[in-house]
Amino acid sequence: MATVHEVTARAGRLSEASLLVIAVGITVGARAFVDANAGSGIDQSLAVYTAAVAALAIGAHVLVRMRAPAADPVLLPAAFALTGLGLAMIRRVDFAYAARGRDTDFGTTQTMWAVVGVVAAMAVVGLVRDHRLLRRYTYTAGVLGLLALMLPLVPGIGREVNGARIWITVAGRSLQPGEFAKILFVIFFAGYLVSNRDTLALAGPKVLGVRLPRPRDLGPLLVVWAAALLVQIAQRDLGASLLFFGLFVAMLYVATQRVSWVLAGVGLFAVGAVVAGTVFSHVGSRYEAWLHALDPSVYDSGRSYQLVQGLFGMASGGLFGTGLGEGSPGLVPYAESDFVVASLGEELGLTGLMAILALYLVVVQRALRAAIGVRDGFGKLIAVGLGFSMALQLFVVVGGVTRVIPLTGLTTPFLAYGGSSMIANWIMVAFLLRISDVARSSDLDAPAGAPAAEART
Amino acid sequence: MNEPIRRLSVVVLALFLTLMSSASWVQFVKADQLGQDQRNVRTLYRQFGSFRGPIVVDGDAIVRSVPVDDPFNYQRIYANGPLYAPVTGYYSIGPGRSALEQTENELLNGSADALFWTRLSELFAGTEQEGASVELTLSAQVQQVAFDALGDHRGAVVALDPRTGAILAMVSKPTYDPSTLAVHSTSEANRIYQSLLADADSPLINRAIGGDTYAPGSAFKLVVAAAALKAGYSPDTVIYAPQELDLPLTTATMHNYGGEACGPTDYITLLEAMQVSCNTAFASLAMDLGWPAIQSAAADFGWGSPLSIPLGVTPSRLPDSPNAPQVAQSGIGQFDVRATPLQLAMVASAIGNGGVLMTPYLVATVRDPDLRVVERTKPSVLSTPLSADDAAALTVMMQAVVTSGTGTAARLDGVSVAGKTGTAETGLGTAPHTWFVAFAPAENPVVAVAVLVENGGDMGDEATGGRVAAPIAREVIEAAIAVQQERN
Repeated sequence: MATVHEVTARAGRLSEASLLVIAVGITVGARAFVDANAGSGIDQSLAVYTAAVAALAIGAHVLVRMRAPAADPVLLPAAFALTGLGLAMIRRVDFAYAARGRDTDFGTTQTMWAVVGVVAAMAVVGLVRDHRLLRRYTYTAGVLGLLALMLPLVPGIGREVNGARIWITVAGRSLQPGEFAKILFVIFFAGYLVSNRDTLALAGPKVLGVRLPRPRDLGPLLVVWAAALLVQIAQRDLGASLLFFGLFVAMLYVATQRVSWVLAGVGLFAVGAVVAGTVFSHVGSRYEAWLHALDPSVYDSGRSYQLVQGLFGMASGGLFGTGLGEGSPGLVPYAESDFVVASLGEELGLTGLMAILALYLVVVQRALRAAIGVRDGFGKLIAVGLGFSMALQLFVVVGGVTRVIPLTGLTTPFLAYGGSSMIANWIMVAFLLRISDVARSSDLDAPAGAPAAEART
Repeated sequence: MNEPIRRLSVVVLALFLTLMSSASWVQFVKADQLGQDQRNVRTLYRQFGSFRGPIVVDGDAIVRSVPVDDPFNYQRIYANGPLYAPVTGYYSIGPGRSALEQTENELLNGSADALFWTRLSELFAGTEQEGASVELTLSAQVQQVAFDALGDHRGAVVALDPRTGAILAMVSKPTYDPSTLAVHSTSEANRIYQSLLADADSPLINRAIGGDTYAPGSAFKLVVAAAALKAGYSPDTVIYAPQELDLPLTTATMHNYGGEACGPTDYITLLEAMQVSCNTAFASLAMDLGWPAIQSAAADFGWGSPLSIPLGVTPSRLPDSPNAPQVAQSGIGQFDVRATPLQLAMVASAIGNGGVLMTPYLVATVRDPDLRVVERTKPSVLSTPLSADDAAALTVMMQAVVTSGTGTAARLDGVSVAGKTGTAETGLGTAPHTWFVAFAPAENPVVAVAVLVENGGDMGDEATGGRVAAPIAREVIEAAIAVQQERN
């Protein structure tokens, strides 16, 4: 899968339908296991759930095939399956918490958010007939993105949870506007880069053999990006800063093909990470908890408790897992959100976790494939941005849980408890469906077997 | 822009491969190590999370597991915990397991080889692994009577059926309640365990079989007498019994209890010596017999051999190569002679059973979850320390102790009790350990018993086995005979 092949023309209606049947099967089956093993047994609520999931799947399938007939048939079922697994695990964690005397109802809430997410995605597929229209709103998206990011800092509606000020309360519901800012920034970066990439890449003074862009070309981009980073640092949202930084560097690279900037970006990031670790105590303590997680002094101070409990959970799952409803995910704090991956690893085992990672990989590679297939630069950059941000977000979360990198707070797309994340990720799927439709329709016009022409501006 | 996208997809793949490797590292390579981490309570959950079989006495589960709504799924319940604690032990997420909960663990949790077929059928039926039930030889009634009779004394009571070796009662005091250790909080369980450990009265030790052994005092005279009978003595053989015995090699002398004389002259019969528990007589007898004869008699009764009932029994001890005055001291159960209450109960048991010592045992039957018998203990002979004639002769001597000797407090109406007192000096300023070992009915015994009261209970220096321990033994014998009549 290391290389992305050219897409051969295929409508994919049947593939999507049959893959959706499997996805619905996974969604319903997982919940059935949870109810049988951890809950009060299978009852008629499972039938209601099955009917609702099937109706949603059929509705989404029909709408996508009507409004985006050539859309990639894999995206929708993969997102469905991931969402279904997440819902089952969140419900399972509810039972686990209940056994420990904690009354939660994350499962029901999240099911509602999942429905809202799928409906929102279908609305986007239905309303946004051509992704190129979004280019008109490049700067609007940039400004809205910044505003959304700053909302939690507004007194009165902003809320701080566990040291991170990234939530707002609207009508009694908590929202994480940062999740939506991610999409808005992708649109802004894409729109700006596609307009200015030639001047960025070619104009400007040469210093030490590296051509630097003119400040007026790079300026707006840097302003928005630096503002976003500053806001996130102020909010102590480490994971999101890492995600935005990576997203920015990746899109800049794709737009300009300048490897030197990637290296500069990575270097800058390394310096920033070290400085942050020394300057900010909360960052330093994250590093400590990461490097010496099992050290008794660190563990006893509570700094690595969650991480280590998550590792214990995954370890007890082993290769094949304890089985849904048979483990003890409730021992890990935030087993339904930040550590939902550890919960899944415990009950589905390494095998199950690998399958989940493979599902994500499929979604991301399909996004990149759509980027290659679509002819307009804006569409390419959007698809790359959405796909890569999903990959990077997953890396930050799962890497944090499995101790590849320090633990930071980011949501696991589709799986973790949280409405904003669920809706935002489904909207991302909608954009990817739309772009892949454009990419594959143009293939339909091309002679069979001929490589799709590259969109050169 | 397609070339950088392709390169980016390689980066994406690298990110995913990193995640897959790290997941494998945690869930496969390091899984065992993380599983063994003592901070990982999941391992405890798995261990404690399955149905553990009950421990049964007289058809009632004195220990059982009941389903609870917490991560451990089952709570271990100890009905009448303090009464049976020395036998059942505890099963705790803190300090672990002890006593039968430890020795029978694999049967109780269902992992024993003997339960292979049960496990196989559970596998096919898709049911949870269940443990076997362990039925004990104890009699609830005898156990309760012994427990009550011992009162607040530190000490132990062991009662067994001389014909089979089945243990009818095993009480040790002070005791503890295993329920307090069965709490589902590691810190709480450990805290209680530490406080029990720190208790100066050592409630965690089963005094009946282990931990400390005690100087048997005059109760050891039964062993010396057995050696004498084997050497050709009879109950009527006249032996030297001065009021004051000069011990060779030293300037020390040995006295009788209270400095009294054993009889009108310096010579009395072996039976009389036993009846009044004459120290000088047995000390000189021991020196006459020689240490090897006594050592061999004691070994035949079980001294020096470890025993598993299946609780581990601390071997009772003898001095290695004592000199003459030490032999004299040893002959009256002092110096370095040590015994567990079970050991002395075994002495009484062998004498009562015509010289044949049956192996003591606690577990009668093990049944799988479907109540099929998995294991049943068959009574077995451990040794034959006495001939039938010698056993009969010793029985006569022991009956004399109870009818008109030091053990009259153990007399029972309508039942002839054979017994022997023991009062073991424990050093200057501390009250002696008091003993009574007995069996009854003397002609056809159904129960053998040993009672130990540490430091004479509340009687201080006035304490003797006859005053303190014999009344307790009497109550236990009475209860055991009643129960055995019911059972037969």
